[in-house]
Parts: sequence; C-alpha cells; structure tokens
Amino acid sequence: MAAQIEVGRVHQESLVGPSIREAFRKLKPSWMAHNPVMFVVEIGSVLTTLDAIRYLALGDSRSFAFVLQIAIWLWLTVLFANFGEAMAEGRGQAQAAALRGARTDTMANRLVDGQTTVVAATALRKGDRVVVSAGEVIPSDGTVVEGAAAVDESAITGESAPVIRASGTDVDAVTGGTRVISDRIVVEITANPGETFLDRMIALIENAVRRKTPNEIALAILLAGLTLIFLVVVLSTEPLAVYSGHSVSLTILIALLVCLAPTTIGGLMSAIGIAGMNRLMQHNVLALSGRAIEAAGDVNSILLDKTGTLTVGNRMATEFLPVDGVDQKVVAEAALLSSLADETPEGRSVVRLAGEQYHLTRDRESLPGAEFQGFTAQTRMSGVDVEGRQIRKGAPDAVRAYLDAAQKPNGGRQLEAMVTAIGRQGGTPLVVADDRHGALGVIHLKDVVKPGIRQRLSDLKKAGIKTVMITGDNRVTAETIAREVGVDEFLAEATPEKKLEYIKREQSEGYLVAMVGDGTNDAPALAQADVAVAMSSGTQAAREAGNMVDLDSNPTKLLDIVEIGKQILITRGAMTTFSIANDVAKYFAIIPAMFVPIFPGLEALNIMHLTSPESAVLSAVIFNAIIIPLLIPLALRGVSYKPVSATTLLRNNLLIYGLGGLALPFVGIKLIDLLVTALHLVVLHG
Amino acid sequence: MIRHLWTATRMLILMVVLVLVYQAVTTGLAQSLMPYQANGSLVRLHGRVVGAAPIGQTFNTAKFFWSRPSAASYNAAASAASNYGPTNPALLKEVKTNLAAFLKANPGVKPSQVPMDMVTSSDSGLDPDITVASAMIQVPRVAAANHLSVSAVRALVQSQEVGRWLGMYGLPHVNVLRLNVALVKLASRNG
Amino acid sequence: MTIPGILGILVFTAAAVAIAKPVGLYLYAVFNGGRTWLDPVMRPLEKRIYRWTGVNPAQEMRWTQYFLALLAFNVVGFVFLYIFLRIQAGLPFNPQHLKDLGPHLSFNTAVSFMTNTNWQAYGGEFTMSYVSQTMLVVQQVLSPITGLAMVVAFIRGFTRKSGNSLGNFWVDLVRAVLWIMLPVSVISTLVLVALGTPQNWMPYVTAHPLQGGTQSIAQGPVASMTAPMQFGDNGGGYFNMNAGQPYEAASAASLMFQSLLGVSLPVGLTYYFGKAVKDTRQGWVILGAMVAMFLGGTFVTYHAEAAGNPLIHRLGLKGPNMEGKEVRFGPALSSLFETLTTAVSWGSTAAANDSLMPIGGMVPLFNMMSGEVIIGAWGVGLLGMLSFAILAVFLAGLMVGRTPEYLGKKIQSFEVKMAVLAMIVPTFVILGFTAWAVSSKGGQAGIYNPGPHGLSEVLYAYSSGVGNNGSAFGGLGAALPFYTWTVGLAMLFGRFAMYIPALAIAGSVINKKTVPPSAGTFPTNTWLFGVLLIGTVVIVGALVFFPALALGPLAEHFALWAGHVFGGGS
Repeated sequence: MAAQIEVGRVHQESLVGPSIREAFRKLKPSWMAHNPVMFVVEIGSVLTTLDAIRYLALGDSRSFAFVLQIAIWLWLTVLFANFGEAMAEGRGQAQAAALRGARTDTMANRLVDGQTTVVAATALRKGDRVVVSAGEVIPSDGTVVEGAAAVDESAITGESAPVIRASGTDVDAVTGGTRVISDRIVVEITANPGETFLDRMIALIENAVRRKTPNEIALAILLAGLTLIFLVVVLSTEPLAVYSGHSVSLTILIALLVCLAPTTIGGLMSAIGIAGMNRLMQHNVLALSGRAIEAAGDVNSILLDKTGTLTVGNRMATEFLPVDGVDQKVVAEAALLSSLADETPEGRSVVRLAGEQYHLTRDRESLPGAEFQGFTAQTRMSGVDVEGRQIRKGAPDAVRAYLDAAQKPNGGRQLEAMVTAIGRQGGTPLVVADDRHGALGVIHLKDVVKPGIRQRLSDLKKAGIKTVMITGDNRVTAETIAREVGVDEFLAEATPEKKLEYIKREQSEGYLVAMVGDGTNDAPALAQADVAVAMSSGTQAAREAGNMVDLDSNPTKLLDIVEIGKQILITRGAMTTFSIANDVAKYFAIIPAMFVPIFPGLEALNIMHLTSPESAVLSAVIFNAIIIPLLIPLALRGVSYKPVSATTLLRNNLLIYGLGGLALPFVGIKLIDLLVTALHLVVLHG
Repeated sequence: MIRHLWTATRMLILMVVLVLVYQAVTTGLAQSLMPYQANGSLVRLHGRVVGAAPIGQTFNTAKFFWSRPSAASYNAAASAASNYGPTNPALLKEVKTNLAAFLKANPGVKPSQVPMDMVTSSDSGLDPDITVASAMIQVPRVAAANHLSVSAVRALVQSQEVGRWLGMYGLPHVNVLRLNVALVKLASRNG
Repeated sequence: MTIPGILGILVFTAAAVAIAKPVGLYLYAVFNGGRTWLDPVMRPLEKRIYRWTGVNPAQEMRWTQYFLALLAFNVVGFVFLYIFLRIQAGLPFNPQHLKDLGPHLSFNTAVSFMTNTNWQAYGGEFTMSYVSQTMLVVQQVLSPITGLAMVVAFIRGFTRKSGNSLGNFWVDLVRAVLWIMLPVSVISTLVLVALGTPQNWMPYVTAHPLQGGTQSIAQGPVASMTAPMQFGDNGGGYFNMNAGQPYEAASAASLMFQSLLGVSLPVGLTYYFGKAVKDTRQGWVILGAMVAMFLGGTFVTYHAEAAGNPLIHRLGLKGPNMEGKEVRFGPALSSLFETLTTAVSWGSTAAANDSLMPIGGMVPLFNMMSGEVIIGAWGVGLLGMLSFAILAVFLAGLMVGRTPEYLGKKIQSFEVKMAVLAMIVPTFVILGFTAWAVSSKGGQAGIYNPGPHGLSEVLYAYSSGVGNNGSAFGGLGAALPFYTWTVGLAMLFGRFAMYIPALAIAGSVINKKTVPPSAGTFPTNTWLFGVLLIGTVVIVGALVFFPALALGPLAEHFALWAGHVFGGGS
C-alpha cells in the first residue's frame, strides 16, 4: 500500500512546522475574507493593536499592558484557527503530492493507422489509442480495447497485488499513472489532459477548502448571521453605556465581540470538512465531490449487492446429505475425493467441509496412481478414478447423465426431492456418485454470509437506514438469504432496469439512495443513485457514473462511507452547539467587567468571582483562543460516531457538547483567571 | 399588484360593512338584554347619578372610606397611571406623601399596618376598589365621623366584601363607591 | 406569593392547554375543508362575498402572490384608517367633538393597528371618536387574520405534497372572518357586557360624586371593541389604561375571560399545526415549550411583584408592589396578565408595566425580545416559534449526522438564510433604534423615569413595536414625533421582516420532497426537542440582549436592592 497508506501515516508532527508558517501566510485579508467570522476577529486584532500603540504613545503603561495582551491573544485566535485549517490542508496536500508523483512526464506510444509514434502523455486526447507494454506506465485514463494485462495500481490504490485488466470484460478500465507488468494492451484514451482521474483527485484535494458543501454553506450563513448580530449588539452597547453614564473602551468592546462570535466553529469549520475528506481517503475511497460525502450521511436506503458484499461471494459446502442406505461419512469421503482436483472455490469448500466434519484429510499426493478430473464448464463435474472406482461430483443433471450413461441407479425420486429442497432454500445442490453404487448423496452448497455483516446491517437499521439486497437469484433464494443476513428488503432477479426503477421509486418517496456498482450495466443505476460508489476495478462507464470510487473495490465499504459522512456532519453540529453554548459563560465574565464601573451592583453577575474587570476580560479572551487548538485534534479526528437512533445520538451529543459547552467555559475561565492573577498579568484591583 | 389592490379595496369596504353590522347587532343585543351594564352600570342615589359602579371616584374626606391615590385624579374621561419606576425618587415621594396623609387622617395607625394599596396609585387611576384590610383600618375614623358604631361600620364593610373570584383570582376587596353609598344610607337611617 | 395566586396561575395554564385541542380541531375544519355548525349560515354569505369582490376562490397562489395579496390588503387598510383618523372631526358619532389626529400620530396609529401591534401613542377616550374607534375595530378584526393566514400558508408549505402554491389569501381571510372572528366576537361582546363592560353610543355621562363636584365618565361601544381586541390579540384598548380601566375589565372574572379568549386561538393553532402535519405530538411539543417558558416567566414576575419594593418597605410599609396595579386583580393576576400580554402578544395591559419591579418588567421585555414566540399572537407566534424550530433543528440537527430536516423537509442554506433574517431584523431594530434614541435629543426627551429604568422604557418601546405587541412602559413620551415615527418603522419592520422570510421558507420547502421519518431522523416530536427549542429561544434571545438587559432592568434590580434610587436624592 504505497501512496494512500503512506499518507495515512504521515506523521502529524511533520506537518506542524509548515502549518505554523501557513497559519501566518493565511493572515492575508484577501484569504481571511472567505471566513467572515475569523475576518471579524482579524479586524478586531488590528484595531486592538492600534489601540495598544495609542496607549504606548500616551504613556499609559497600565492600559498598554492590558490592551497589548488582549491584542496578542486575538492574533493568536486567528492564528490558531488558521493553523487548524493548515494542518488539515497539509494532510491533504501530502496526499496530493504523493499522487502527483504518479503523474510523471509519461511518454506514450500513440497508435495511428497501425503505426506507433512516441508522444508526450499530455498530448493525448479522448479517442486516441495507445499501446502499452509490460513495464510501461499507462499514460492516461482509458479502456482496454485489445488484449489483457496485469496492472500494478499501487500508485493510486496502495494495493501492491497486480490486477488483471482485459478488453471486453467488466474490468476493462485503466487509470493513468498505473503500470503494466505483463503483456501488452491497446488502450483507448477516455480523458483529455487535466480531466483524468488522477488530475481530478489532486484537484479535489487541493480545492477541498474552497468548495463548500451545501451544509457548510448553510452553516456559514448561520455563523455569518450570528456574527453580524453580535456586531450590532456590540456596536449598540457603546451608546447604551454612554447613556448610562460611562463609555466602554474599544478594546473591551472588541473582546466582547470576539468572545461572542462563534469563533470555535468558525475557525475549525473548513478543517472539519477537509479532515473528513482525508479520512475517506484513508479508507481508500475517493469522493469526487464533497457534496457526495455529505449525501452519504443522509442516505435512507442502501442498495447492496448480495454477492461479494453480504455474502463471501462463493457458494460453500455446508452439508453432506446421503440417500437412504448410505452412510453420511461415505458421502463425505466420496465428495472429498471427487473434489481434490476441483480448484474452484466451491470444490475447495467441499474439501474443507469434509476435513472439518470428519477429519478427512487427503490430498492428491496421498493417492498415487489416481486419475483426477478437474471441474470444467463443459463437463460440469469433477472426479477421480482411484483403485478402479470412478467417483464423480457435479451439477445434478450432469451427474444424472453420467449415471444414466453408466446405467447405474441415479437416486430416483428421493434424490430429486433432495435436490429440489436445496434449491428452494436458496442453495446449490451437487450430486455425489460413484460407478459402483450410483448416486450416494448430495452436497449442499450455499451462500455464506460474511462474518460481522449481520451486526453492521442491524447497526444501520438503528441509525434509520434501510438496507436492500440486490441479487440475480430467484425470489425464494433471495428471501432465504435476506432473512439470514437481516436486510430490510430485497430485489430478486435484479436486472439493471429493475435496479434503476427501484432507485427511482425510492427517490420519488423522498429517500436518498446509495449503491455500489462495477459493471457497465450498473452505470444507469449509479448515475441515478444519490451516493454511487464505483469499484475502481470496474468499467470506465461505471466509474464515470459514480460520485465516489472505491480504490480497494470492496463493496462493504459503502457502510464506512455512510459513517464517515455522518461523522462530518456530527462534528460540525457538535462544535456549533459547543461554540454557541460557550457564549453564556463569556457573557458572565465580560458583562460585569464592562458595566461595574457604571453600576457597581452588577458585580452580582460576576458569578465566577473573577479577580478584576481586566483579568475577567483577558481570561475570557484567552479561553476563547486556546479552545481552538484544544479542539483541533477533535476536528481532525471527528466526533466519535456509533450507529444508534437519532434520539439517542442527539441526547448524548446535546449532553456532551450542549451542556458541556455551557459548563466548561465557566471552569476554564475561572482557572485562567486564577493563573492570570497568580502571574499578575494585569492590574488586579478594580 | 394593481389587481390585488383593487380586490383589497373591495374586500375592505365589505369588511367595514360587516363590522358595522357587527357593531349594530352587538349594541342591539346588549341594550335589550343587559341595559344596566350596557349603559355603564351607573349608580344612582336619590335619583341622581352619583357615579358608575366600576369607576372609582375621589374619596378623601373623613366621613367617607377613602379610595386609592390616583394619578388621574379620578378623571373618568382620561384614565392614567403614575408610571413611576421602582427606583424613581418621585415614587418614594408620592408614597411618603400618601402615607403621611393617611396616618394623619387615621390617628393611631402605624405605618406597618397601612395596606400597600392605600399609598400607591392604581393602574387606571380609576380603581373602584380597596382591599378589605384598607377598608377595615379606616373603620374607626369613618365610624367616628358619621357617628356610627364601629361594629356597625365593620359589619357594613363585611357585607360589601367581594372575595377572590373562584377563590383564586384577585384580592378580596370592597367597591368604595358602593360601600360609601351604603354608608350614606346607613348614616341617614341612623341620623 | 400566595397559594391562591400560584393556584390561579396554574389553573389558568391548565385551562389554556385544555382548550388547545377543541380550538385546533375547529380551525382544522375551517381551513382544511371540514364541516362546522356555522356552515348553513356562512357558506352562502361566503359565496356572495367572493362574487361581490371578484375573487376566484379556486385560484391558488404561489408564495409571492400570496404575499402581494396580503400586502395589498394591509396597504389599503392602512390608507383607509389613516384617512379616517385625519378627518374624524367632520364625521358623525363624535359626541365629545374630538379633534382630527395629526399626521405623526395618524401614521403611527394606522401602522400600529394594521400590523396587529396596537401600540397606542394616544389615549382612546380622549382622542378617538366613535367612528374612529369603529375603524380601529375593523383593523382589529382583520390584522390578526393576516397573521393567521400567514401561518396557515406556512404550514401548507410543509404539508402539501405537490404543487407550489400556498392557498388563496382572500379565501383564508374571508373564512377566518366569517367562521372565527365575527361569531366569537359577538358572543364575547355579550359576555363582557354581562361582566360589566358598557356597550352604547351615548355621550360621556356626567355623574355627581358623593363628595361633590362632577365626574365625566367615558362611554361608548367598549365591549364590541374589547372582544375582537382581546380575541385577536390586538391589544389596542378602548381606553388609555386599557384593561386596567375598570369598564374594560370590571372584575377578575372579566380579566380571566379576556385572558382565555386571547390565548385560545394561539394555543389552538399549535394543535392545528400538529393535526395538519399529521403528527399531533409535533404540536404538543411546541405548545409544551411555549407553556414552560410562559410559566417560568410568570412566576419570575409574580415573585418579583409579590416581594415588593424594598425602598418602600424602608418607610415602614409592608406588602407587594401595588404601584400601578388594580386591587381587583392584585399582584398575582396582574403578573399573570402582564406576562401573558407579552407572551401571547396581545399588548393590552391591566397594570402599569413602567411601575413593575425591575425583574417583573424584564420578563415582559424578554418575552418580546425573544420574538413573541412564547405562545404569540395569531399565527405570528407559531410562525416565529417554527422559525426558531428551524434554527434549533439546524443548530443541533447536524449532531445526528444528517442534513437537518424539519417535518420531513430538508433545511438548507435558503431556509437558514431566511430564519437568520427573521432573527436579525428584531435585533437590529431594537438595539439600533434604542441606541439612536438614547443618544439623540429627540429620543432622550421622551424618557420619563431616570436611571436604568429610562433605558428599559426605550428598550421596551422598540421591543413592543418590532414584536407587534403594543404594550408599553407607559411613561415614555410615545406621542413625540421621534417615537411615533421610529416605533412606527419598528412595527413595519417587525411585521414584514417576519412575514417575508417565513413565506419564503414556505415557498421554498413546498418544492422539496418530504423525507419520510426513520430512526435516523432528527426527532422533533419529543420532550428533548422541546428542551432544545427552549434553549434556542432563551440562549439566542438572552445572548443578543444581555448587555442591554444588564444596563436596564438588571442594573436597576441590583441598585434597588442595594438601596439606590436614580435621579436625585437617595
């Protein structure tokens, strides 16, 4: 796992230095203006700094010391927020840099009228054909139109095992920047320069800050609105105070504004979004837009392919069923022997089952002289001729044909009934027979549910997400498996049209639908789904229809994606709530400090018993500043998410971030005040 | 918008007509069903309108039960409150003045015995009522001034007492005009 | 505080909650095509009105059309009223020969009654002729219905499955007048007369008090104005001192009747809302949050008033604060009514708010500053609360890991923008105008009480204006041109800055698909949401106005208990 995992391991410490530099660089007003909340803080910092200089010029050292400290902490507030953003960006940029490494100045062999000419990869256009041989880097995204090759995609996926890419299959898409290890293929280019997968990926990471998702936009509006309101509050406070008999100093007004403005969430909002995207990338999922990640948190229905997602993908032997008069062990042994040459997953599972149930261990070496017959699509049987005995195992009709030809008992009605029963339960029957007794019994092959999948599906249900199993199986089979894995609904005998229709129906009822797909025939459904995860191994059509690409091609990952989507939203919500709840305590610090000179009675509002007005204001400002770096790790990691019902989730988060947000600053400001007092940072008498 | 304005004008005229009908209907019903209340619950003594039962009037001489201080001087065509805030020195001055006057008129009464309603102005300036306690504390003075026995006057007050509505709402009180009319009648019977 | 006092407040609250369902069901029948017992009389009349006014009742309106119709109706209403006030001297039914109103006062009053504020910069019995009072009644009948129509349209936005129209404003208006406002007003008028309120067109009566002299006693169609005034949560009393004037509320019984009348439609609307969105718990949660805040506020006020004024206690007196209160109401009922007047936003007063204790006065002030959503007037209260619900859903909704949804509709940037706008305007208006008033000569000239109480007066005036409440700290010189115009503007801002965003939200969500609820949906029908809603209202309200409240009522409160007075001598 090269690039991705490497990035995942990029040590946070190594990002700190550059991030600090970046934090200062971001002080540029043109940059700050994109974040109104922090921009207001920056303007406040400038004004307090000027105020401090004024006091210095006036020779008022007491006021100078106080205002200077406020100014310093205000600058720090801005820097902390910038630092958080820079840290998150830094992680993304490390990823982008790693990816950019893959996009070297590749040369390509362009194929024109059977002749190849060497051109720069950047000169390739959609529709060009190139030849790529073993050892060469594929110059751009495309579809294999001729040949098959093993391709090393580690530059993008981090997965070192090569994958097969072949023309005319469901795995015909290749990505620029990956390397052909064997054979030679002809690739038709499907992307113009700058539009390739790799380009998009890099651009996405680099632009993550600038492109806001719908929820981010809505939240930004709310935060800007709150800031505007508090600006009016602070501006109107001055005439009100003057009317009451005493003006309030500029610095204290700015301190009040900064403390009230939702700086915590305002400072960390973009970091949360970038970090979320990074987390997704650490799962080797590439979201082609931030909107898609957010939509992942919102999905109501998830369409899951049965095979590969819910079940291990291959049918496994689970039972040996003898016909009357035959010992089960005999069936097991015959099944084992006849499967030794069967290299299909089903065959191997028969060997394994025999070993588990009867401790029968045989291998081909233990049977010298035996003649093995492997499983082929033509015979649909496998078997062995050993010690004059022909043992066969295979599809019921194939074995029956074999037995009928050998004029041996074919098991008759009883076997017929057993075969039908297995089919009805959604299993696949394989008949075991030999040339002495005829039919011996049946092997029950069935889909095996992936370990842990049941739990995950029930978690999803708790979180209010409906799971729908998609399968090509018939209704009966589908229903059996659906019950076993615990999905809410299933779509049997699914065709691409049926999938599309199902998604449309769900959407018309207001649901958001997520699905995973890989084949070209999944493309319409993928394009229709709200969250569409395409397998990286899939066809180009599927990849283009999806809004996320799973580089590991692991369909179960859809569940992780949903959780990450939710986590981002939760983190934003939690910090917003926390930020606003904080204001209560800050008010109780600053209001008495501001107004006690006018109305001494308001000292009663100083419920934290802060030492002096100056220490109170300074403590509130310090708290407001240091809470940002303290929460950076949380912003980058995300608030922990457990799949429970929304009611429980809300209660827990309200308790932690709402009530916690109310209480924590009271404690924090008091502690800082004690420290400020102990260090004599400000004048301590009224 | 022009179309809406035209519709709005027609609609408003119709609504004005409806309200006029409403005014006529309610006045007609009220006048025919409850003429006493509809015409202001006027109180007559010897055929003369001496006031309206719900509307307070000035009583500040020794022989009548006093009504509350009024910021409107009991002008029943211009209700008004003092609007003094609780920290306004004018409020304290007003209360002090009222208290002094009350104590002077009712010798032997201690400040702590004077009910709050006797020293503060009402909301409307037309408060027709005083608390039962306020009436009771005036009984000795009123009795003496009218040459009546204290017990007779006390009984008179008790007969005029209006309790809390449903036992919960308002303060137990007496209507000062009604009480004084009853007092006049009692005094004239005895005199 | 006394046991009967506490009991009375609780019993009233229980009664208010108890009538929510029957009233809500009736409203549902009126607006959602049900049957009512009034149909045989009103249906033919309704049809005829449409014919006379050229309204096509089947024509549906998009939100912009709905708003324009509403605006047109308000504009015309304003112009009519303004003209009548300017020419009343020349009109009949003016037995006291009252003069025309000046332009400032006419503007202020016309805006005031059109916006359902009923802020009165005049004293009714010595300013308004009977014709003018009747024209005020016209607006008292109509202006609450504008609010009601608004919330009905708003709810349609959240419940309609198809189309993008919110109904027909004229139909909503006519049905509300015929089925709700007029029948209830007729019955209530008679109840009020029975309880001692006059209903006549006589000249003022001259009485001959026992102590001598004469007393001119104001008369008029008081009951027929008080009924729609109170039922419609208008608040513009017939008399200067409104419900404190004994003709308007002659007894505790009358005041309680008026209170229940005033609270009936707003509480019923919460049930209507729940029924319309097909989950009555949604409505109960909203009502629960409202009632909880209302009760909290009432007891804070009652506690402050019952404790009395320590400065007066120093004179040797004992007892509650009775300055500006009527004996037949006493401290408990006065506290209940003054909290109600700002909670339900009817704005009539039965006690002098200016003379409430600082904390007692802060509760009504807070009720208005938080947007008149603690029950609130017809429609606008629920509308405001639903805007808060949208904000609450957005603030906390992200915490369940989904794009916030309310009633199945996604709350996105447009809705947030509008909800924030609805929140910004009151803040700007209250704090902006207050700052202007206290730093300008024109504004300072109207301040009556010295010290922080004076600031409270100004804050109260603009809060009342922007909240379309109408009650006042009565000492303020509301008739001064500075205040007639600024409060007039505040009323306009308050009304339309609330309407436009709310209708815009309705117009936006009606086009969105309704997401059916699931276990992952943010629950808005639980007590937890109720608590969150209260938190949002209190924190957002308190956060914004805390500095102003600190310099006003809070400063006065602490000074008072420390024994200080303001403005000379201590």
